[in-house]
Amino acid sequence: MSDEYIAKPAPKAPPPGRVAYVNARLLDPATGLDAPGALLTEGRRIVDLGPRLFADGGPPEDAELVDCGGHCLAPGLVDMHVHLREPGHEHKETLASGSRAAVAGGVTTMACMPNTDPVIDDIALVHFIERRARETAVARIHPIAAITKGLGGRELTEMGMLAEAGAVAFSDDGLPVHDSMVMRRALSYSTAFGALVIQHAEDPSLSGCGCMNEGEIATRLGLPGIPNASEAIVVERDIRLAEITGGRYHVAHISTREAVAAVRAAKARGLPVTAEAAPHHFALNEVAVGDYRTFAKMAPPLRDEDSRLAIVEGLRDGTIDAIATDHAPHDQDSKRLPFAHAANGIVGLETLLPLALELHHNGSMALLDLLAAMTIRPARLLGLDVGRLAAGAPADLVLFDLDRPWRIDVDALHSKSRNSPFDGRPVQGRALRTVVGGRCVYRRDG
Amino acid sequence: MTAASSTKIDYPHSHLLGIEGLSREVISALLDLADGYVALNRRADKKTDLLRGRTQINLFFESSTRTRTSFELAGKRLGADVINMSVASSSIKKGETLIDTAMTLNAMHPDVLVVRHPDSGAAKLLSEKVNCAVINAGDGSHEHPTQALLDALTIRRRRGRIEGLAVAICGDIMHSRVARSNIHLLNTMGARVRLVAPPTLLPVAAERLGVEVFTDMRAGLAGCDIVMMLRLQTERMRGSFVPSVREYFHFHGLDREKLSAARPDALIMHPGPMNRGVEIDSLLADDITRTVILDQVEMGVAVRQACLDVLSRAFPRLDHNEARP
Repeated sequence: MSDEYIAKPAPKAPPPGRVAYVNARLLDPATGLDAPGALLTEGRRIVDLGPRLFADGGPPEDAELVDCGGHCLAPGLVDMHVHLREPGHEHKETLASGSRAAVAGGVTTMACMPNTDPVIDDIALVHFIERRARETAVARIHPIAAITKGLGGRELTEMGMLAEAGAVAFSDDGLPVHDSMVMRRALSYSTAFGALVIQHAEDPSLSGCGCMNEGEIATRLGLPGIPNASEAIVVERDIRLAEITGGRYHVAHISTREAVAAVRAAKARGLPVTAEAAPHHFALNEVAVGDYRTFAKMAPPLRDEDSRLAIVEGLRDGTIDAIATDHAPHDQDSKRLPFAHAANGIVGLETLLPLALELHHNGSMALLDLLAAMTIRPARLLGLDVGRLAAGAPADLVLFDLDRPWRIDVDALHSKSRNSPFDGRPVQGRALRTVVGGRCVYRRDG
Repeated sequence: MTAASSTKIDYPHSHLLGIEGLSREVISALLDLADGYVALNRRADKKTDLLRGRTQINLFFESSTRTRTSFELAGKRLGADVINMSVASSSIKKGETLIDTAMTLNAMHPDVLVVRHPDSGAAKLLSEKVNCAVINAGDGSHEHPTQALLDALTIRRRRGRIEGLAVAICGDIMHSRVARSNIHLLNTMGARVRLVAPPTLLPVAAERLGVEVFTDMRAGLAGCDIVMMLRLQTERMRGSFVPSVREYFHFHGLDREKLSAARPDALIMHPGPMNRGVEIDSLLADDITRTVILDQVEMGVAVRQACLDVLSRAFPRLDHNEARP
């Protein structure tokens, strides 16, 4: 068994030629297509697809032929919440290393959070990310810009110009926008550009020095806890603000039953409120903290089983629109500390697909719904023309074996960092080939 | 070799990180062993050579006088070479100091590290990085196992048993490692544990620890055999967790009036150092017919000798000159 990248071509290289993907199970959540068939790309785009494609005459002779072996061919995954650490913390991750991790996990498009050093709160930095991504990354990377300057929580960034420069959304992620007036103005101002405002929903004064979910386990470990209310209070407040401003409000890494209920109620009232959940919040609960395992420390914290089930239910009924990894690479030193001082977060790009597929394999979600939460829905939230299989759409594809059993092995990760609580976990389903803009960027044999 | 140390006990762990997870048999055996050391410590010649040639390092990231002294005496009376290291807790990154210091000390081939640290889980983390025995002398709000053992020994010697006694633990339960270790130990030994505190000083889901929870002190003390008072940290007294010292003492300070709800012969315990007039009335604290606070200090040395004794059986045996290929 081996995997490999195909090196990034020279900047002026001609676009790829025609590639025919035959013998595939075509999966397109945007149209509900789930059928055996074939797909043809030319250059950077999809030319045609369907069950009848090449039915008479076979694929064109000049096309490169890819036999999919009956495996699933779906739009490349879209991860709307990653931390790629560039600029400022390149020893943890770079746009290049993060993109290699992404394509190894079937992810072809990412939106990266602005809590870098410096913070992405200026158009020059948006341009920097775009240029570095173009020059070094094998996946598509779009910057999310900060809501407030320097993530300071006080002054709004130049949201209009940042959006024009290519910021696909706005967030102070890592920190909440705590001040109600600032949040109101951000949501209000963003309506002029239709921009998405993403909130890290947490009341810092209520979370205090909390470092794990509040409850029996925190009490036994003698660790200060974070109550569910810390998230719910902010989500409920923000929904009120979205209501009076009309702003598009999105809850990042939703983790509690209470917040899911608040989003569900807001949607029922027709408000422009959406949410995403991270795989660890439906694949794990607070028990994973065990005996002070810092790899199970994240913000928001792993919650109790009741909230874990609420996340699954929220994904199933569409209350939660997207699955996003909150990929948060950290070096060893950041995690090899007493629990209270260890950094928050885990790497997630390479475990996204198999962990999400657990929801399919255990009967919680239909496969197309699950894929929609990782393709067309986050793409639409970000206003990106990716995440679908259609003639004319970008040829961003993932070919994956739905059933292949394997064990997650942190030493085999392509990310620069290894901080995952999923090491050794048996999972099912794995990316075999990842295509970005018509070009194969990752391939796994055997 | 003394009578005490020749007692055969099966201690199936390489460290002492907490009471949670220790069996009733192990706890009883530790207390039996400590009883022997109490007798030994009352002799003129208190020294044994059980740990001769062994090195004990007391690594304290928090200031402490009585616990450190107690461990130092325990080690020295067993014949160990004892080094005290106090690491200023004001250093910028305590965690880095912890691992770096531990690795440095480890390279000096100690046989046992006694660790106190302001962070919960620090002793456990350290135990994963060194190859000697580790004794937790208090980690954050998590555990302080030797304190619970010395409390248990004090109770057992005064009352003859622990099983069936009603024990009220009163005060700042939320931040107390002493409370957690005592809850685990007393529950394991079959006592009935009550927690008495204002709601802001009770941890969430406290009742899940197998205790009864009271916010009214008289109700909590009713019929109790043992009243364990906890120290209220000064930084928690004003405004944040309780409104004032005056209000705290009014509702949760132990005085004769509130104590009258307990059994007439109820014993008063305190891990020290006391805040007289905050959690305990000063005159009551000095009433030697009711308080066993100095007993606790005496038992502390004996219990720590017992812990060092059992752990020494798992001390590194390798001669590193021969072991390294």
